[in-house]
Amino acid sequence: MITTLQKSLFFAMLAASVVMAAYLIRLRNRAEDRLQAQVAAAAPAAMGESAGNPNKVVTLYVPNDLDDSLTTVERNIPLPVDENAQARVLLENLIEAYRAPGATHPMSVATGINDVYFLAASEGRGQGGAGAGGQTAVVDLTGALAAAQPSGIEPETLTLLSMLATLHANLPRVTQVHFLVDGQSRETLAGHADLTRTYLAGDAERRPGAAGVGGAGR
Amino acid sequence: MRWIEAMAVGVAVAAGWWQQSPQAELPQAPAVPSMPTAAGPPGVQGPRFVVVVDAAHGGSDTGARIGGGILEKDITLGVSARLRSTLHAHGIDVVTTRQADTDVLPVSRGETANRAHGAACLIIHATATGSGVHLFTSSLSATGNTRFLPWQTAQSAYVTQSLKLESEIDSALAHAEIPVSLGRASVEPMDSMTCPEVAVEMAPLVGGHVTEARPVTDAIYQKSVVDAVTAALEQWRSDWKQ
Repeated sequence: MITTLQKSLFFAMLAASVVMAAYLIRLRNRAEDRLQAQVAAAAPAAMGESAGNPNKVVTLYVPNDLDDSLTTVERNIPLPVDENAQARVLLENLIEAYRAPGATHPMSVATGINDVYFLAASEGRGQGGAGAGGQTAVVDLTGALAAAQPSGIEPETLTLLSMLATLHANLPRVTQVHFLVDGQSRETLAGHADLTRTYLAGDAERRPGAAGVGGAGR
Repeated sequence: MRWIEAMAVGVAVAAGWWQQSPQAELPQAPAVPSMPTAAGPPGVQGPRFVVVVDAAHGGSDTGARIGGGILEKDITLGVSARLRSTLHAHGIDVVTTRQADTDVLPVSRGETANRAHGAACLIIHATATGSGVHLFTSSLSATGNTRFLPWQTAQSAYVTQSLKLESEIDSALAHAEIPVSLGRASVEPMDSMTCPEVAVEMAPLVGGHVTEARPVTDAIYQKSVVDAVTAALEQWRSDWKQ
């Protein structure tokens, strides 16, 4: 025999459960909204880092797969004060050129750079020597960029050269660059270009085929 | 210069042995290779003209995916075999680093090339990107007659010759109306080879006013590249000693 008190207690508990469930769902939705807002803010982090900063004309070296050249493109973009953030913004803008419709070096990747940080250039690490007083930039590429990178000597070399030239043109103190992928050393970018070595940044700008520097490959 | 090559081969042998099982027998010490000289001693025949052909990738290293399920390792092997046959037909000795779909370590490729005393070393690659043929030489700076060179930079003593060889191949390909681009790259095992070397990367032919669009797998396209490279090597045979 179920008493009236028990019935009332049952319905009260049922109502409490429903209210609690509704409250939890609401909490979950709010947490999800907050998370999405954070992700949305982080996605264009490189661009966001520069928001509110004064604009500066920068030079990007955009590769062209068809004639194996680098073409200079000038952009007026807000650039952060911090040098690490500047390097990141520069490279993210370069990668934006890779994924633009009709790109001459197409690559569909959302975020290509995890981080860029600087070391004092170590003597003799780069093959061919390094300039005195320069900096070594360590560019941590994303695994997504390595996965999206077309495989081949030419496309991989062009990707690296465009990054080297862009960094050196806008941050002349960068004389050497070492590449990591997701924070780890890796043998090649996508099966060809050697990532175990440290590259001289200035060589890329002087490379035959770079716009305004010399004749392009035929 | 003998010391340079002796050291390079020594390191290669040691590295190759290290990769083998501990029970493996020590490899027989190779004869000290000599750098090709402009002229042999009086009364002695000059150095043999040998071309080393390295079909890049192989085995578990598939290389690029060219499209339609075709792998770079298969194209490089096919082009390498075709080039070997054509060069043989022109009386040129060929040493290949890979003749089947097997894994070959970069150090073993360098070791094979250096032991062969190649007058020219060609590293065959293929890609789905770009147009025509991409020729690459090592990105190392040219060095003179240094007594000792580390294995990783042994090619530096041959960079000048490599650029000349690249120029010969460039001319021959241009004569065959195949678009060419030239570059420097850092790709294994190029920097360890003690011979004039060029990496030949075939890309699809993009149709233009002179060229007809052809994929890398096209037999006619491959033949025209092989014929042009053979013509360049025939020219190189008369030039390489200078």
